[in-house]
This record gives sequence, C-alpha cells and structure tokens, in this order.
Amino acid sequence: MSAGKSLWEMDELRIVIGAMVILGGATALLVVMPYLLLENVQPPAGLKPYTDEQLIGRQSYIANGCVYCHSQQPRDIGLAPDATRGWGRASVAGDYAYDTPHLLGTMRTGPDLLNIGARQPSKDWQLGHLYQPRAYTPGSIMPPYPFLFEVRQGAAKPGETIVNLPPSFAKPGQVVVAKPEALALVSYLLSLDRTYHALAPRFTAPVSSTAASKDKP
Amino acid sequence: MDFTVSVLLGTFLLSIAALFVFIWSMSKGLFGDGTAAATEIFAPNELGTVEDPAATARQKGDLQQAMGKPGEGAHKMTSSVAAARSRADQSTSLVVGVCLTLAVVWLVLASFAGLISSIKLHAPDWWVQYEWLTFGRLRPIHLNLVAYGWCSLAGIGVAIWLIPRLLMTELVGAKYALVGGALWSVGVFAGTVAIATGHSDGLEWLEYPWQIDILLVVGGALVGFPLWLTLLQRKVKHLYVSVWYIAAGLLWFPILFLIANWPGLHFGVQQATMNWWFAHNVLGLWFTPIGLAASYYFIPKVLGKPIHSYNLSLLGFWSLAFFYSQVGGHHLIGGPVPSWLVTISIVQSMMMVIPVFAVAVNQHMTVLGNFRALIYSPTLRFIVLGAMMYTAASVQGSLQALRGVNAVTHFTHYTVAHAHLGLYGFFTMVMFGSIYFIMPRVMNWEWPYPKLISLHFWLVLIGFLIYFIWLSIGGWLQGLAMLDEKTSFMQSVAMTLPYLEARSIGGGLMTLGHLVFAGHFFAMGWKFGPQRLGAALLSSSVFTRLQGKGAAA
Repeated sequence: MSAGKSLWEMDELRIVIGAMVILGGATALLVVMPYLLLENVQPPAGLKPYTDEQLIGRQSYIANGCVYCHSQQPRDIGLAPDATRGWGRASVAGDYAYDTPHLLGTMRTGPDLLNIGARQPSKDWQLGHLYQPRAYTPGSIMPPYPFLFEVRQGAAKPGETIVNLPPSFAKPGQVVVAKPEALALVSYLLSLDRTYHALAPRFTAPVSSTAASKDKP
Repeated sequence: MDFTVSVLLGTFLLSIAALFVFIWSMSKGLFGDGTAAATEIFAPNELGTVEDPAATARQKGDLQQAMGKPGEGAHKMTSSVAAARSRADQSTSLVVGVCLTLAVVWLVLASFAGLISSIKLHAPDWWVQYEWLTFGRLRPIHLNLVAYGWCSLAGIGVAIWLIPRLLMTELVGAKYALVGGALWSVGVFAGTVAIATGHSDGLEWLEYPWQIDILLVVGGALVGFPLWLTLLQRKVKHLYVSVWYIAAGLLWFPILFLIANWPGLHFGVQQATMNWWFAHNVLGLWFTPIGLAASYYFIPKVLGKPIHSYNLSLLGFWSLAFFYSQVGGHHLIGGPVPSWLVTISIVQSMMMVIPVFAVAVNQHMTVLGNFRALIYSPTLRFIVLGAMMYTAASVQGSLQALRGVNAVTHFTHYTVAHAHLGLYGFFTMVMFGSIYFIMPRVMNWEWPYPKLISLHFWLVLIGFLIYFIWLSIGGWLQGLAMLDEKTSFMQSVAMTLPYLEARSIGGGLMTLGHLVFAGHFFAMGWKFGPQRLGAALLSSSVFTRLQGKGAAA
C-alpha cells in the first residue's frame, strides 16, 4: 500500500467512518429506539399532571440534589423487596409521563421516594423532616435544610406555616416558619403517589401491546 | 413477531455480520498497517533508549541500565532528530501548559468538593447553613469538576502534547486548541456556579444548563482542530494506535455531549436511557480512549521498546468502540425501561472483556520482565499502576452488569467505589504519570523536588486503596442488607457508617497527595529548585553522558 494510496486505505478515513458508524449504531439502539417506543406512552388513568406549585417543588428537589441519595424506581418483588418495604409496585414507563427531567436516581443512601406521598402523607412530618431529619428518624444521615426555613423568636405572622417539631427538638419561644420553597418541595413530595393500579404502559404504536406485557419482568 | 424477540434477533444478526466484516477487514489488512506502526513512535535508531524527563539523571541512568544498553547506533539519533523532537515539543508547550495548569486547579477544587461531600455523609449536621454547601450540590460539583475540569482538560492537554510526538512533526493550529481549552474552562467554571446556585439540569453527568454546554461542545470541537490539521502534515507513514484513540475520542465527545444536552428533546424514561447512554459513553468513548492513548505511548516510550503486539492494539480499539458504546443500559437493570435494552447492554458489558484483555495482554506483556523500571521511572510507576487498574475496573464493571451481582450493588456505595477505580485508579493515575513526563518538556525545567513525586505517589495510592477497599466492602454489605426484607432500611444505612468514615480518611490522603502534586506543579511553573537541565532537554551532550553512565555502571 505504498504507491498511490487510495482513499479507502487512509487510516484517517477509517477512523472517522468507523467511529461515526459505531456511535450511530449505539445511538440508534439506546437513544432513538427508546424514543420511538416511548413517545406514545400514555399516562395511566390515575396519574395527574403536576400543579405549578408541585413543579416549583420539583425544581427545588433538583436544585438541592435529592436525586443523589433517593431513587424513584421501585423494582419488581422478584428482584428486590422494595414492595415489602412499602415503596410500591414496580414502576412502569407511564408513571413518568410528566417527569422531565427524569429523576430515576442511582443511589439508595435514603429510601426510594416514588410513593413517599402515599407512605408519609403528613405535611407536618415532611416539613419537620426537611428541617431536621433526625427529629423523626434517629440514625438518619440526611442533611437538614435550614435555608428552606426561617427561625424566629416570637409568633408567626398570619398566613405563615409553622413547622411543628417534636417537643424535644422545639425550642421554647422560637418558631420555625416554612419558606415558600419548603412548602413547594413538600407539595411535590406529597404528589409522589403512584399507588394507582397500573398495567404495563399502553402504547398506541402497533408493535406495542405484546412488547409491553413481555417487558414486565 | 414479538417485538422484543425481533430486536434481540436483529442485534444478534447485526453482531454476527459485524464479526464477519471484522474478520474480513483484518484479513485484508484494512485495520491499519501491521507491526511497522508499533515503532513509529521511535526515531530511527532510538529503540532501546529510555526516555523519562521526570526521572533524575541518576534514575535515568539506572532505568537505562535496567533496560539494557541502547541499541546499536543509538547515539546517531542525537543532534538532528533530537532537535526536531525539541521543536515538536516546543510547538505544543503553550497550549499544553495552559490546559494542564487549569486541570490541576480544577483537580484541587474537585478534591475538596469530594472530601467535604464524603464527610457530610457521616456528619450530616456539619456545614448545613448555606445552600451551596449542601451535599446534593457539592456532590455534583465534585463529579463535574473531576470529569469536565480535571480529567477532560488533563486529557486534552496530554492528547495535544502527544500529537506532534505521534506524527513526528510540529503542531499545526495550536491557537484553536488554546481557544477551545479556554472556552471549555469557562464552561466548567460557569457550570460549577450554576450547580452551586441551584440551576442544575438534574441529570447525572449532565448537570450543566444547556447554555453552558454550548461552550463545552464548541470548545471540545476546537481542541480537535490541531489534530486534523497536523494529520495533513504528518511525517509518519503509519498511524500509531494512540492516534486512533485520540482522533476517535475527540470526534465522539462533542457529538455525545450535543445530543445528550439538546434542550427539549428528551423526556421521561427515554431520557433515562439517554442519560446512561451518555454517562457510560463519556467514560468509554472519551476518558478511556485518551487514557489508553497515553498509556500506549508512554509505556513503550519510557522503556524504549515497542508494544507487544500492534495488531492486538487495533483489535482492542475497534472492539472497545463497538462494545463500550452499547453498555449504558446496565445502569437501569430492574428499572422501568424496555428489557431488551437492558439485556443488550448486559451482553455487550460482558463482551467488553475482549478489548480489555487486548489492552491488558498488550500493555502488561510490554512491561513484563521490566518491572524494575518502575522503581526508576516516576512516569511509568503511575502509568503502569493505572493500566492495571484499568483491567481491574473493566473486569469489575463487566461482572457488575450481571443481573445477580447488579441486584446487590445497584443503588449502593459499591458503585461509587467502582466509578473511582475507573476514573481515579485508571484515568487519573495515567494522567499523573503523563504530566510528570510532559511538564519538563513544556517548561524546559526539571521537577524541582523529585522526592515530592514519591510522596504524591504513596499518598494517593494508599489513600485510594483505603477509599476503594472499604467503600466496596461497605457498599456490598449495604446491598445485601437492602435485599434482605427482614433487615430494616435504617439498618442498611447504619451499617455503612464506619465504611463512609474510612472513605473520608482515604479521600483526605488523596486530597493531601493532590496538594503535594499541585504545589510541586506550581513550584516548577515558577522555576523553583536547582537548574538541572540534563534530563529535561534532549541535547546531544545529555545522551552521550547518559550512555556513558549506563555503560560505566
């Protein structure tokens, strides 16, 4: 291949073409195919879109990085006892119809939260837990979020939400007031409730019904 | 036909077809030019001559002695070839110096973000008043500073420095890379501020807002320019395997990052598959190629002997590209994603043993029998260790993709330990070694305090071993506890605490090591220490002197 190298024999060309073909293949498989398959997934009947306040709370969930310790994807009982722990049934694609960006998560330093709203529906508990997790869960390693609250001597103003801490954590004469950001975050957490009955996702594409039922492990 | 079956069958047939194309191209020699390319990184008559600018004159003499006498006529390469190489090295010095300096700054900041995050996991009430110091912000700041600050800019610096060395000519278009590296660094800074102030995109590895991502896409494309321009001027007949890796990596990254960050394109579960397509490809198609390119250059170059098998290295390249690009789905095992996707990713994760063994056999066979060289060459010590960790991280990764193993390790600290084995044990170690080799050539100045190199090495090695071993054990136990329905979730949290504390100790030692490294780096930048231009400059007198020393000793 010394004299008169053809274009095909150029290493540069092999690298560029090979690299692009391989990347294209992987992208088709892992990005484009899921896109085509999932774009027609319908939200299950029991799933409501987020309200404006819940979306603000979701933004706060993202900003404060809750996803780095909490997953939102209970697994099938055949794989892990997630359901036994009260985290809910295995989730399906339709459960995330309104979830962009996705918050599936990769860590369980804390428990799965896809159904935290059903598991712990008390607003007081959620607010107090965000203010000081160890007041409710001894041994928890979750950070407190004091910057979502305002601690003040004296009484709260009308219209403000006071955090009712357990007696041993409340300081006399001092009120802990939840800022709007905390209220929005709790509103989002309480909306996390996928306990409705969901079959596997229903696709409108023709290939779908069989694939959907088989996809459930 | 059932959809899942048809996808799996289609993939199977495609893979078989690819295998045949692969065998055919190999038989036709279309992969690249046989073994001759293995010696392209050496000047005529250079084989047998060791090179490590990080070594002191004494170490270099010992290194040469350990590798045997230089080849017949090695002294003939001295004047003209050494001058040409000197010019080639000089052509990259500004841009490489800038990229590496920025990388070192990011490394130090990233280390502190990581260390503080680590401590916060076992001291949750420490430093909680400020939003930007909360764990959920510091952790992604750490990851992004490591990935896009330290690893990427170090990788870019090393890759650009290697280009003229690999193509035996001066770098063309250094200014594009300089602008690209600057844009990139502005992006890293802006991205860090964005995360700290709560403007994260919310996807792991993709936290920077898309407006900032533009800087990384454009910067990433610009740093590739000099490679393509220099390729047009190349003086070598064959492209050495490092060029393949660097070229492909520089092409892949901007495309990956662009698709992954395109605003408004991805949704719900599809976004999750895209997320892990990206996050695994940024390791497999960006950091790994650069890390392997560096180790494929420096191991043979320091030892003065060509790599074991050139064909094996190209087999490794193509199989890495093919298999690695499809493994991302293994991050979603058990998740609400199509099961065919997960299955394909698991299969390709197992197939990764092919490229991994190709690299392992090749690099370890090259070092085999010359382990004494590790004592004398600071560069080699880091890089060979990194290459070993690459094998370990890859084999561990393949195993972790198996459903049974994954059921235990998924969602635990075990995965975090694994990620550090890859990006720290392998990539960062290789970058340390490369920077020790490169900087004396960039600055025309030797490392002022050689003992600090050893101190750095032992601090980060011991620190990393503590980090990795304890966190892996803790993560595994955590996983077993979470799988046992009789163990409460809080028990799975409590049991990790001693291991998380051990991780902070390991991380503290690593951070200390980085401070030593950064201090030494800047001491060199300000030209501290005695002037010992011997090993740094490839002048003819030095060669003669070294040979004399090698022969006499």
